[in-house]
Amino acid sequence: MASGQQLSAIKGAKVLMVGAGGIGCELLKTLALSGFHDIHIIDMDTIEVSNLNRQFLFRQSHVGQSKAKVARDAVLRFRPNISITPYHANVKDSSFNVDFFKQFSVVLNGLDNLDARRHVNRLCLAADVPLVESGTTGFLGQVTVHIKGQTECYECQPKPAPKTYPVCTITSTPSKMKGVVKDPDLLSIDHHGTGFVHCIVWAKDLLFAKLFGDKKQDNDLNVRSNDAATSSDHSEDIFEPKKDEDIQQYANRVYDHVFGHNIQTALSNEETWKNRNKPRPIYVKEVLSDEPIQQNGNAEKSLVNDNLSSLSAMTYLGLKNPQDIWSLKENTRVFFAALKLFFSKRQKEIGNLTFDKDDSLAVEFVTAAANIRAASFNIPLHSLFEAKGIAGNIVHAVATTNAIIAGLIVIEAIKSYLDVAMWTCRVTCYNISGMKWTSFSVAGTDGVGMTYCLEHPSRKMLLMPVEPFEPNESCYVCSETPLLLEVNTNRAKLRDLVEKVVTSKLGMSLPLITHGSSLLYEVGDDLEEDEVANYAANLEKVLSELPYAITGGTIITVEDLQQELVCNINIKHREEFDEEKEPDGMVLHGWTPAPATEKNEDATDNNNGASTSSAAKPAADVMEADDELSIIEPGIETISAGGKKRKLSDVPNSEAPLDEKRAKKIPEKPESDGDVIVMLDDGNDDIRDSSTVV
Amino acid sequence: MNGEELTEQETALYDRQIRFCKNIVLAGVGSLTLNDDNPVTEEALAANFLIPFDENMGGGGSLAGLCCDCLKDFNPMVHVSVEKGDLSSFDVDFFQKFDVVVISCCSLAAKKLVNEKCRKLSKRVAFYTVDCRDSCGEIFVDLQKYAYAKKKADETVECQLQYSSFEEAIAIPWRSLPKRVSKLYFAMRVVERFEEVERRKPGETSIEDLPKVLKLRNELCLAHSLNESQIPDSLLERLVVSTKEFPPVSAVLGGILGQEVIKAISGKGDPLKNFFFFDAVDGKGLIEDISTS
Repeated sequence: MASGQQLSAIKGAKVLMVGAGGIGCELLKTLALSGFHDIHIIDMDTIEVSNLNRQFLFRQSHVGQSKAKVARDAVLRFRPNISITPYHANVKDSSFNVDFFKQFSVVLNGLDNLDARRHVNRLCLAADVPLVESGTTGFLGQVTVHIKGQTECYECQPKPAPKTYPVCTITSTPSKMKGVVKDPDLLSIDHHGTGFVHCIVWAKDLLFAKLFGDKKQDNDLNVRSNDAATSSDHSEDIFEPKKDEDIQQYANRVYDHVFGHNIQTALSNEETWKNRNKPRPIYVKEVLSDEPIQQNGNAEKSLVNDNLSSLSAMTYLGLKNPQDIWSLKENTRVFFAALKLFFSKRQKEIGNLTFDKDDSLAVEFVTAAANIRAASFNIPLHSLFEAKGIAGNIVHAVATTNAIIAGLIVIEAIKSYLDVAMWTCRVTCYNISGMKWTSFSVAGTDGVGMTYCLEHPSRKMLLMPVEPFEPNESCYVCSETPLLLEVNTNRAKLRDLVEKVVTSKLGMSLPLITHGSSLLYEVGDDLEEDEVANYAANLEKVLSELPYAITGGTIITVEDLQQELVCNINIKHREEFDEEKEPDGMVLHGWTPAPATEKNEDATDNNNGASTSSAAKPAADVMEADDELSIIEPGIETISAGGKKRKLSDVPNSEAPLDEKRAKKIPEKPESDGDVIVMLDDGNDDIRDSSTVV
Repeated sequence: MNGEELTEQETALYDRQIRFCKNIVLAGVGSLTLNDDNPVTEEALAANFLIPFDENMGGGGSLAGLCCDCLKDFNPMVHVSVEKGDLSSFDVDFFQKFDVVVISCCSLAAKKLVNEKCRKLSKRVAFYTVDCRDSCGEIFVDLQKYAYAKKKADETVECQLQYSSFEEAIAIPWRSLPKRVSKLYFAMRVVERFEEVERRKPGETSIEDLPKVLKLRNELCLAHSLNESQIPDSLLERLVVSTKEFPPVSAVLGGILGQEVIKAISGKGDPLKNFFFFDAVDGKGLIEDISTS
């Protein structure tokens, strides 16, 4: 290892940390302990209560204060003689320009969103500063090193945009959806493998919403409720309590309707079930057959009389362990207890409630409802703890993973600073592996993809170093390769180009668009009024009608001055676009194509970079998991020991054809020496539901 | 601050609904007992869970005492206490109180002794050792007879593992181990033996000792019919010369260990069996099963 003198050379290093959250706290602590003397931290967040159990530099008294500043204060307490400079700011702020980045020996990212990572990647390239990227999700973690000219940049492999899941009819804003599933009873089974997740989604976004949320919202449960075949009164809303009905009667009726009647009706359509396993209808009386259905009286009285300060169905029923998996009967009881508690104790909120993972009664209800539905469709039941994780879109943050990753980040930072040659190893990338993963995605109500992972260690190599790969010659970010855009130049406006390509896919914050020598569009706070007006006008013009028309064969230049990124885009005119597959009305080429796999019908070069492959995901983000909504891109990068990408150690002179150079991101079998596969995606033997990442 | 005990606490308390059994020492929900028999020094010494603290903290008081105060601050729900004295001298009953014991930077004799005491009890006490030297780390796990359930496809499968004690494990002849076993395993055994023979405290070696250590390696390799190249000079030199802990490696080991303790306490997840090695130079973190079963 590096000797004492080499390590003391670390004192001369100037390090930038971006992010002071879960990874950030561990990282700052480890950097300080390891002898770094000059550390800068950027973080725009303030401390929240939910951070406290993991981001250990923070205390209750710090809630509301800047993470960067409090972290700094905390570390200075045990290393008073080092310099830590906090910035309570957004790293995308223009003050963090290339000159700012140039002062650092290495940049360490502990971020939780793709947008900021891309931004930092570009600035590090422009400043020619090594970047150590990292992320954790549950028990999985990853550390990668990016050095301009030597290794891939962070964007050499595409990070697909979050997928929206075709099932998401279940919210009330259809515009966010791609496609509509007409029959909610098919939800649980259409998306093979993700059965329980769908039950959760059904329970949360349909049933819970219907019972306790805004009645005015369109809800697909209405499709069933107003089934013309069975009800003479088409407009009858099953979910409206009847006049002389008490709460238990109402609850029974709802139960029988959604778990019994609806399923029954769905079963009557034989076509549906040709290739699917049939669900079974479930009725209250068969589940609770051995006890009187309490229509009134005792049970309810005790509810009313109880002073339940913490309203909980579990407490009421004496169920103690949230990690137990309840039987169908117990789930049914929880369903009823929760429903009654809502209606008797939280009457005022009904009609306005939205699901909140911190609302324990809501979580209990959703768990129970999801489980009953799961039972109906012969899907394994889950504990409240697990259900909560899914329902709350949380991948349970695991603090130990952050500690491991932070350690690895510092090791790589030291290596890159001391100049790799001093060590007998190269810059490495890590995966915390030995964990077998099942992952599947579903869209939350905001259309964002989520990946839920389980863990199962199975291999000898828990921490797997991987040699970094050479830069992708077609990477438009670090290799300045031109892109190709297919678009109908007579229909698309400049605005569409800016919104759908430049700021979103290309990740530019302050873009500038030129055609030849004429400036078509720019963003800035130093513009004159007439310039602003001119650009605004341009935005609304169709491409072919711009002052310097953009038509087939045109080459436009798009740049971001802050990121010092310049892209040339070749324009190709195309008349028609498939509304479903190409909803943007334009197709961008020049993204490194995702590999095609058997299950992936629509992974072609022509994707908008968005809805790419299902299984065997190309590189996607492993994000820092946080208590808050973890926006995790579907699929996780799989790097196998036997990867086909060319590594730094390979002879650089060989002219391998483009295909070979292109990373094949399909999870591969390990080499025979037992090195581990990080099977993060489909293709795993899953633990419960099978694991199609859609 | 070393990430070990902190991250454990955090993990244990992450979800407010997780409840562990009361008598857990580590992993924070119940109580945590620290033991050390040394005043504050720059090196980290503890017989239970270790926190290499700020080297600049001078003054009196034991290391454990300092750590205790700090830990309490992190989470008032955790009962943190200090146990004074030499761990080796505690009798079997002392360990009765615990479900998990983790020792670090202890001599070979102490490791064996504490491990045996844990095994003598009627209830199972999980035993872990963790050691860092240079930029390497080693974790040893002894869960004795460990039964747990795990989910496979749609069903729950009962698993049972049989662990060896530390003494049993290291007694296994080297030549009968798989060829690919991590070199670090052997190197640690050589250094461990050297310290035992020379009556050194753990980590009390320096460059002057290298010739003797190499000689010892040769003797051991001869006795075990193992090729000397399996324990490279350079590796031994690293372990003998730079004995101070390297914080990033501590963080890594601490995280791994933390995860293991949580698994053992909760009874969920495949536990590590039975050695873990990490070397920052090549970046590999390997699990080795060196046991009689």
